[in-house]
Amino acid sequence: MNTHVAAAADAELGTFERTWADPPGWRGWCAAIDHKTIGRRYLMTAFAFFLLGGVLAAVMRVQLARPGHPLLGPDLYNQVFTTHGTTMMFLFAVPVMQGLGIYFVPLMVGARSIAFPRLVAYSYWMFLFGGLFLYVSLLLNAGPDVGWFAYPPLAESLYAPSKRADVWAQLITFTEVASLAVAVSIVTTVFKLRTPGMTLNRIPTFVWAQVVTSFMVMFAMPAVMLASTALILDRLVGTHFFDVEQAGDALLWQHLFWFFGHPEVYIIFIPGSGLVSTIVTTFSRRHLFGYLAVVLSLVSTAFMGFGLWVHHMFATGLPQLGESFFTAASMMIAIPTGIQIFCWIATMWSGRVSVKAPMLWILGFFAIFVAGGLTGVMLAAVPLNTQLHDTFFVVAHFHYVLIGGAVFPLFGAFYFWYPKITGRLLSERVGRWVFGLLFAGFNLTFFPMHVLGLHGMPRRVYTYLPEMGWGPLNLLATGGVLLMGCGVLLFVFDALAARVRVGTEAGDDPWGAGTMEWATSSPPPPGNFPRPLTVGGREPLWDNAPDQPVVVGLRPGMRDVLVTHVLDAEPDHRQKFPDPSVWPLLTAIATTGLFVASIFTPWAVVWGSIPVFITMVGWFWPRSASDGGTRPWPIEGRALPAPGEMPAAGGAI
Amino acid sequence: MSSPQMLDVSGLPPGAFGSRSLMWWGTMGIVLIEGTGFALGIVAYFYIKTRVSHWPPDGVAPPDLLWGNVNTLVLLASLVPNELAKRAAVRVNLGQVRLWLLVCLAFGLAFNAIRALEFAHLNVWWDRDSYGSVAWLLLGLHTTHIVTDVLDSAVLAAVMIAGPVEEHRFVDVEENAVYWYFVVLAWLPIYGVIYWAPRLI
Repeated sequence: MNTHVAAAADAELGTFERTWADPPGWRGWCAAIDHKTIGRRYLMTAFAFFLLGGVLAAVMRVQLARPGHPLLGPDLYNQVFTTHGTTMMFLFAVPVMQGLGIYFVPLMVGARSIAFPRLVAYSYWMFLFGGLFLYVSLLLNAGPDVGWFAYPPLAESLYAPSKRADVWAQLITFTEVASLAVAVSIVTTVFKLRTPGMTLNRIPTFVWAQVVTSFMVMFAMPAVMLASTALILDRLVGTHFFDVEQAGDALLWQHLFWFFGHPEVYIIFIPGSGLVSTIVTTFSRRHLFGYLAVVLSLVSTAFMGFGLWVHHMFATGLPQLGESFFTAASMMIAIPTGIQIFCWIATMWSGRVSVKAPMLWILGFFAIFVAGGLTGVMLAAVPLNTQLHDTFFVVAHFHYVLIGGAVFPLFGAFYFWYPKITGRLLSERVGRWVFGLLFAGFNLTFFPMHVLGLHGMPRRVYTYLPEMGWGPLNLLATGGVLLMGCGVLLFVFDALAARVRVGTEAGDDPWGAGTMEWATSSPPPPGNFPRPLTVGGREPLWDNAPDQPVVVGLRPGMRDVLVTHVLDAEPDHRQKFPDPSVWPLLTAIATTGLFVASIFTPWAVVWGSIPVFITMVGWFWPRSASDGGTRPWPIEGRALPAPGEMPAAGGAI
Repeated sequence: MSSPQMLDVSGLPPGAFGSRSLMWWGTMGIVLIEGTGFALGIVAYFYIKTRVSHWPPDGVAPPDLLWGNVNTLVLLASLVPNELAKRAAVRVNLGQVRLWLLVCLAFGLAFNAIRALEFAHLNVWWDRDSYGSVAWLLLGLHTTHIVTDVLDSAVLAAVMIAGPVEEHRFVDVEENAVYWYFVVLAWLPIYGVIYWAPRLI
């Protein structure tokens, strides 16, 4: 290549990166909309909440280590377990998976940005402010104390007169607004921003998992928003949705809550299984066995996930026919999960498995998740369920499912993608220690809980009498938490050390993986792909032809993105994406004011919406021509095409 | 290594309408979310109905039909200027877009004003019993949608009139019309539940 051409290419690359970069300085920090910046913030914030929730868990375990332990009283214990559960579900598990989606879905589909980047920035701020709201409340002794599911009548003002239950209900509003915004952005990204050649049956399995999860979010989360709104109304303005005295019904809450709450389990697990497919494929050095079966399993799990919610309510005395139906449905959902597990086994069996650190976590996932799945089948049976309801057996079961199904794949993903995010590898040797500590600590903590539950120890008790004989196993469980804590701290230390200097440089594709995020540098530049690569197979870096076309002709010096057709990702049109803006942050601040004030007075909904409206107008208002924000219509003498008019792209795929 | 081929997209248009645009998918996402919310609100209504022997409960009259009927007609009539605004947007005709957006706004102000009368003629307060609570919930849920729809249409009209008008704003106008359709059509089942369930079922 002669020097002039090289210089021109460098200049083009420089222009490209400047165009897509978030602005510098603290103002730029507030205005950032790059999906990688937002994704990183999501991941780090969710991990911080994971640590806080873990500290609360450790405090509970210390309290339960021996009978009659005076560390926590019942009032504080209630706040601690409620905040622990609420944190892990709403501030860690869902946002951390969506954070991975925000960071990696655009990269994996070869896009330059996520769809609606400002909305995603707004969603991050809502998530952050909601989490801070919860923890500030806890520090003010106003932490929610009604359980992460806030059942009425206990959560009604008669039995919970302080603002604690309102804090819980409004935290739901914060986090659901955030997740719904991300879900819409991810679906639109995957359906409309895939690089040419990435037909539906070439979409990476992790991306499929994110799409399926996003649809579940859109159908499930309105239920909990409706329920928590009704709860706040009951508490604040005297409605009677859940008040039996005035012909309301407490079970209505349980139906609405679990219509969200059971799909929620799959909202957490499906991204985890997408991670398993991705990591198993990479480290077995072959294409995923049964791609179609795996994708259809994800979709059918999502559908069935909406038909199981009543199995959380077997102890409420529902009609027997209903119980039988939901037992059958609960057992049936094991089928698609089983199909996936067999596909993963077949992939490993017929591949050349290399057990690097990410793969280790997947092997751990198999052991733990299968055990959790088996106790799930047990709990789906009504007689056993009635016996074990509200015991530690249930606690053991859902920690096996959620930590096994989501946290272990997630740690695998941390090891897998850390080099992509930071450009440096985590230590393989330390990684084995972290895995060992967490795997041993996890089983030591939660396996005894099965036994404790069978011995009749109820959930959510702050202490127990020595005569019950539960002391030794509880002490064992507390010891396990110590090991897990050491493992997590070692991980944090290693991640910080690798970031600073110790980690080896990763290069673009340290694992020899096949998906698109490895086709760009580590960390990726702003805008991801200066010249987006087209796709010739399911694992583009393995399957692409040597002369696979690259996309050219997007307008330089402008945030230009190629939009493609839904099914076959044929090029359709180009679109200018929005510039960074502080308005999403300001709108989030205004929304926070509205949400927090409205647990004190219903009128906040009226006057609180004025600043929200003003900030949203600021968000949408076009910037003045001198500011470079405006391009006159029609551009370059070309009007928008009429519907049905399909202009063809030049070149061939 | 052989050099890659080029897929030149410089000839593609700078935007598109309907399901080809990102904005359509965003709008459909919102419709899916809020439609689910409406559906669950209706489910809650009938669930609570099973807890009560008489519906509406003794001593409560069903909502007066007059303003509900009038508003349903006004909402349906607003679909005409809404469709015309949508068509004007697709034809990229700025003058017509401005005109029909303003007509839509006039309709929007009208049905919001009539909505206040509907609340006044529900014949029950939200804090009387669970029937009152859920009737107010359904009507309130829909009211938040007509209020926000009119506000965002007003902002859009202001942008299209005061400018500067960017090309993608025409897609925004089109999608705003799609959302307007959703808000109006979602009213029909809610109207049926609030006004007719206490009479017929």
